[in-house]
Amino acid sequence: MGDFIQLIVSGTATGAIYALAALGFTLLWQAAGVINFAQGEFVMLPAFAMLAGMLFGLPLWLAFLLACVASAIVLGAGFKFGIVDPLIRHGVIPLVIATLGLSIAVKSIVRAGYSAEAFPLPSPFPSGQFSIAGINVSNSDIGTLVLAGAIVIGLQAFLNKTVTGRAMQAVAQNTDSARVLGIDVRRMVLYVFLINAVLAAVAALLITPTYLAKFDMGDSIGQKAFFAAIIGGFNQTRGALLGGVLIGVLENLVGYYVSPAYKEGVALVLFLAVILFRPEGLLGKAEERKV
Amino acid sequence: MSDLREAAALEGHASRSAGLRHAAILVAVLAALLVGALYLKRSDVYLLTLTMVYLMATLGLNLTVGYAGQMSLGQAAFFGIGAYIAAIALKAGVPFLAVVPIAAVACFFVGLALGFPALRVQHHYLAFATLGFNVLVFLVMRNEEKVTGGTYGITSIPRPTVFGWSFNGHYAFYAFTLASLVILGGLVWWLLRSPWGRAFAALRDNPIRAESLGVNITAYTLLAFAIGAACAGVGGVYYASLVEFIEPGPFHFSVSLMMLLAVIVGGSGRFYGPAVGTIVIILLPELLRSSNHEALKFMQKWYLVFFGLAVVALMVWLPGGLLSFRDRTLRKRSAK
Repeated sequence: MGDFIQLIVSGTATGAIYALAALGFTLLWQAAGVINFAQGEFVMLPAFAMLAGMLFGLPLWLAFLLACVASAIVLGAGFKFGIVDPLIRHGVIPLVIATLGLSIAVKSIVRAGYSAEAFPLPSPFPSGQFSIAGINVSNSDIGTLVLAGAIVIGLQAFLNKTVTGRAMQAVAQNTDSARVLGIDVRRMVLYVFLINAVLAAVAALLITPTYLAKFDMGDSIGQKAFFAAIIGGFNQTRGALLGGVLIGVLENLVGYYVSPAYKEGVALVLFLAVILFRPEGLLGKAEERKV
Repeated sequence: MSDLREAAALEGHASRSAGLRHAAILVAVLAALLVGALYLKRSDVYLLTLTMVYLMATLGLNLTVGYAGQMSLGQAAFFGIGAYIAAIALKAGVPFLAVVPIAAVACFFVGLALGFPALRVQHHYLAFATLGFNVLVFLVMRNEEKVTGGTYGITSIPRPTVFGWSFNGHYAFYAFTLASLVILGGLVWWLLRSPWGRAFAALRDNPIRAESLGVNITAYTLLAFAIGAACAGVGGVYYASLVEFIEPGPFHFSVSLMMLLAVIVGGSGRFYGPAVGTIVIILLPELLRSSNHEALKFMQKWYLVFFGLAVVALMVWLPGGLLSFRDRTLRKRSAK
């Protein structure tokens, strides 16, 4: 029983990181109609940015803040103006293909230009663990949960309680009506790109201490983000959270009780089950087809 | 009225002469490939064969992507399933000509089983389902050591012997693969000309209109996907026989991405699009890798960077792929 609860706690922590990447992915889809296949690379790049900052002798928190800023500029605004804006008029598929190309280019730049090795990054939380009622919980799991939880709650509050946040939701629901109501749609969409980039940087901070910084680290995170978003419901931000945590926990349980070799397959099986029985996702609302 | 008939006759004449020209060019290219390879180095013949093997898979993917308008990111998984079936069956002594249809049918049914849930919902779900499927297949290949040999793979896979003729030599196998590719290409060509294939195109160009005309979208899309998977299975059989050794590496999902990009870069929905794309993703990087020239060594290291950025640029300026270049310039000229 102790094992079981421990697995659930650490699975929830990993799942919270997936959820952060999935959340940005969902927001981009809702507000801008963008499916970003380079989402995993958007986590990998800030990880290497932090690594570079630490090589220059910066403390982790400063390196992280700089990585957030760089990420917002390059992966937020740069991505929007450089790739999405010129491509969105061609439709979804060319844009998806372009993000695939981007993902290959970015991975190859890191591999050819820097290194194909995996690099450790120190954890932002103190090491060690404590036990409650005979169950060992590591500090970093708790730290991850608290930080990710705070960000998700903060983001929800921002989206629901502030004028800007509600304007962003309006854009996501119906771009044309939002424009008629006098909302600056272009600015709201830009905000979404910036938020996505910063969320990815936070995911990088949380995941790299365990999974190491490597040029292809984004493959796995990117996939989990897609699956989490779909499992939870593509049109619901809460859905991304549920999907991420569900994948994290089930992966841990399967890895422990069934076979560690098939841990990576959990997300797919869950995804297939969801689209068979509840195609709109666990929390999603069915979308009407637009003719 | 007579004007109309005249115009129709003229058009018929034009398309007939275009067809003849097409056939003549095709025969010339095939003859050049057949004769030219006699004068090439052994390693270059191998590379050409490898390109043709991948072309079998991308040809099938073009059905899914180009004609049915779906994104599939799992073609390498079907390629791998074909290769493993071939490795196991050929080593057990099953004749090559029986292995090819077995692999094709197996991949066809796996494709149906995978496509069915994914295609019931929105179109980009197939991309995710196939991507996850590829990850899962890769794990099975790596972990089920009793069947697949795990990371050590399966070695000494035989080359085909058909009706007592052995295609063991590198040139013989090259010619055999070329002939098989022509047959496979012919089948796909025939399929696309049939009423069935025209329904594919209708479905891609305007799915809602096609549906209102009685085309069952889901059934046709599913079939296009499954047939595409079967083509990859056939390609896998030739791959196993060509390389004579397989392990999970070449069937990783990143290879599926490259196959998809090959179709798009060449020109999805164009019959020769996959051929152009496969040359870009397989033949060019392999040629760079085999050369010893300093400048080319640099290119080899950075090839994927240039390739990825080129894909982005292509999507901005020429989303129809390289083969749409001529159409676009023609359209621009007629617009003036």
